[in-house]
Amino acid sequence: MLLSVQDIHVYYGAIHAVKGVSFDVDKGEIVTLIGANGAGKSTVLNTVSGLLHPRSGSILFQDESIVSVAPNKIVGRGLAQCPEGRRIFAQMTVEENLEMGAYTRPASSIEQNIAHVYDLFPRLKERRRQIGGTLSGGEQQMLAMGRALMSEPKLLMLDEPSMGLAPILVEQIFAIIDELHASGSTILLVEQNAQMALQVADRAYVMESGQITLSGTGSELLNSDSIKKAYLGG
Amino acid sequence: MKQTNTSIRIPMPVRYLINAALIVLLWFILSSLMRSGAITNYWTGIIIMIGINIILAVSLNVATGYLGQLPLGHAGFMAVGAYAGGIFMRAVPVQEFLRAGNAGASVPYILIALLISALTAGIFGLIIGIPALRLRGDYLAIITLGFGEIIRVVLTNIDSVLGFDFTFGSAGLKRIPKYSSFTLVFICVVLTCFIIHTVMKSRHGRAILSIRENEIASESVGVNTTYYKTFAFVLSAMLAGVAGCLYAGYIGSLYPSTFKFMKSIEILVMVVLGGMGSMLGSVLSATVLTVLPELLRSVADYRMVAYSLALVIMMIFRPKGLMGSYDFSLSHLLEKGLCAVRLLFGRKSSEKKGESRE
Repeated sequence: MLLSVQDIHVYYGAIHAVKGVSFDVDKGEIVTLIGANGAGKSTVLNTVSGLLHPRSGSILFQDESIVSVAPNKIVGRGLAQCPEGRRIFAQMTVEENLEMGAYTRPASSIEQNIAHVYDLFPRLKERRRQIGGTLSGGEQQMLAMGRALMSEPKLLMLDEPSMGLAPILVEQIFAIIDELHASGSTILLVEQNAQMALQVADRAYVMESGQITLSGTGSELLNSDSIKKAYLGG
Repeated sequence: MKQTNTSIRIPMPVRYLINAALIVLLWFILSSLMRSGAITNYWTGIIIMIGINIILAVSLNVATGYLGQLPLGHAGFMAVGAYAGGIFMRAVPVQEFLRAGNAGASVPYILIALLISALTAGIFGLIIGIPALRLRGDYLAIITLGFGEIIRVVLTNIDSVLGFDFTFGSAGLKRIPKYSSFTLVFICVVLTCFIIHTVMKSRHGRAILSIRENEIASESVGVNTTYYKTFAFVLSAMLAGVAGCLYAGYIGSLYPSTFKFMKSIEILVMVVLGGMGSMLGSVLSATVLTVLPELLRSVADYRMVAYSLALVIMMIFRPKGLMGSYDFSLSHLLEKGLCAVRLLFGRKSSEKKGESRE
């Protein structure tokens, strides 16, 4: 198991946001956590990346506990998060944003990784000298994903990559996720767009008010009646 | 980073040499003008104050412009540095050296004083920075403001607590040897700018900038944000301490009331006016805002009005400050000049522009 989360409980003050969530991600898989607003998906992701701390439970990455490891050290171990709402460095150029993504990597690897990101996102290459904040929403999402890839992650965590994007851009982003998957990357995807997420995912977990209520392969859930009713509209 | 192929690049060591030569030239011109009397003592004093204010503004700019926080207690760090340096210099026999015209013998003491000031202010920066930097925005502003005031009150009252004369309270710490010569201040200004420039161009500088841009993203790419926030804050405090030490050695007597809240605001105004995150801006506006009140002395009654008016007009027409976040690079200018010359003389540039800027 690349990542194994066991029975984590996360609190915001007195609010019990995540109530005993367990899941795991194997090498080469795309695993998705889907669910409605406030289900606790992003909380889980932020806990894995070290921004939040679970009150109990264990998180093993490559068989080592990362529960009390600082977020910056977790990135160094090969776990990159592409945060919700893109959060690019607005006043840096596209290329500088990507260079920041390689912050934990030796300088010698930067050039090669940038070339790799430009292959995936030719759009970013066109705009590499442009200031990040002036990019369109879709381009910013690509930049945020590219930046996360710069750290050569063993596991890439994407938090709502489709948020606020036009349907055509959502398709593009998911096509890229598929491409990453095909090239062997491991991805943990948090999404509200259940339809899209289930189509690309190997396995999926459904979250509801802090708990996992359903799990299965992507296609299983895509065809499940309860999922259809709850998330896919009919 | 790749550059477009058409430009001329001046290699790094040459750039440093050009800059160093110009700095020495500037020092030489100013100091010979002072020696010949073309710059009067009055103006020499103003130039020294400009230097001190440049250090203050440039160091505050690290915390505001580059790190993106809003500390309002910069005068507090300056006060710590000033008193640390002043008390030390009174305790050592520098006064006698200076009086005997033996300035050379006082140099080691001056260096120690600067070091003590920087370290003391740095320690205070660390003590206040660790809790304060957990907050942001208004909260950080208020806690640092409170800190600045605490320093001032402590300096006023600590003697009665200690039971012996240490800071001499509001009567003032007097008879500090006047060791801040023009050359000393000049060297400190150059070193300060050099240190900040070098730090900001390094990987550490990028990390600090990324915190300003987006703290969450910065954390998610693996920057240790707590460390770098504290680092920038302490650096800023240490340099303010140096400025304080120079101030003590220039003015000769220190009063806690000098380091009131308004002093912090004054420094902040320099930074904002110059443009947050622009070192050149801070240098320029520190110069202008030191000279302006002096020039306006003839209209004494109205000078604060004119001064504030200048600020208001400034903020209307250049809301991002004099220089915005633009930073001047002489070598860049030279490179552009050389390019123009090459084009003029029609030497065909063998390379073509690879891509359009779009």
